[in-house]
Amino acid sequence: MKIVALCGVGIGTSAILKVNAERALERLDIEADVTAADIASVKLAAADAQVILTSSELVPSIGKTNADVIIIDNFFDLDELTAKLEAALG
Amino acid sequence: MPSSPALPTSSSTQPTVKAAMSLPPLPLDAIDVGLHVPDWRAAIGAAGDALERSGSTAPGYTARMVGVIEEFGAYVVIAPGLALAHARPGPDVLTEGLSVVTLAEPVAFGHPHNDPVNVVLGLAVTTGDEHVHFVAELANVFNDSSIIPALAAAPDAATVRSLLGIAAPTGEDASTEETS
Repeated sequence: MKIVALCGVGIGTSAILKVNAERALERLDIEADVTAADIASVKLAAADAQVILTSSELVPSIGKTNADVIIIDNFFDLDELTAKLEAALG
Repeated sequence: MPSSPALPTSSSTQPTVKAAMSLPPLPLDAIDVGLHVPDWRAAIGAAGDALERSGSTAPGYTARMVGVIEEFGAYVVIAPGLALAHARPGPDVLTEGLSVVTLAEPVAFGHPHNDPVNVVLGLAVTTGDEHVHFVAELANVFNDSSIIPALAAAPDAATVRSLLGIAAPTGEDASTEETS
């Protein structure tokens, strides 16, 4: 299972999203590889990903993808991340 | 799958990563409390000025942080009331750094859920990977949903720093800390 945490420039916000997604997955007891990526690299990074986690603002930039795109409003809210990941993966 | 050995495997509701990872030094001159700014650009500008003042960045980085939002939108508003301003590493990043600006009146960034913003963090990193060691620590601090309102209400820079759990940089003498 591969999950991509996506932000605009690939530092900071995507790393926070990655860290907290890993914490949410741990709660759910789901094994997955979470990769931080930026818009420039998302095509490649998400080619074999099941899920892309990102901000609503970046959804239009993702383009065509086979992955489920999950919009996270609050990157620090583990309850939101856990619920949305559970809905997508559970 | 390379899960980090530092992460506990418990499913407790509270993250407990307390390893040696720590936030970058946060000198008091990297903190501005209760600023009055007219719009998000000025808010990012203040976070950039604070990074520059504390010696983390050179002129130019602030404009690049604004450019990220112009290019990609308000995704940097990653939680209600909080913007994490940042740009890619570059020659204008002298050393990794963090700044904190709180706003007297919140401003809109154009985020559909998390506007308006009253706390802006400025982040500068020298490489794409280096920052990860303190991102986990940032997440520890901000996973507590009370931290953003507490920062917004902090009366002074020292309170902001202590809320973030950051010690004074070594060599920083309290008597030399100005109140700018």
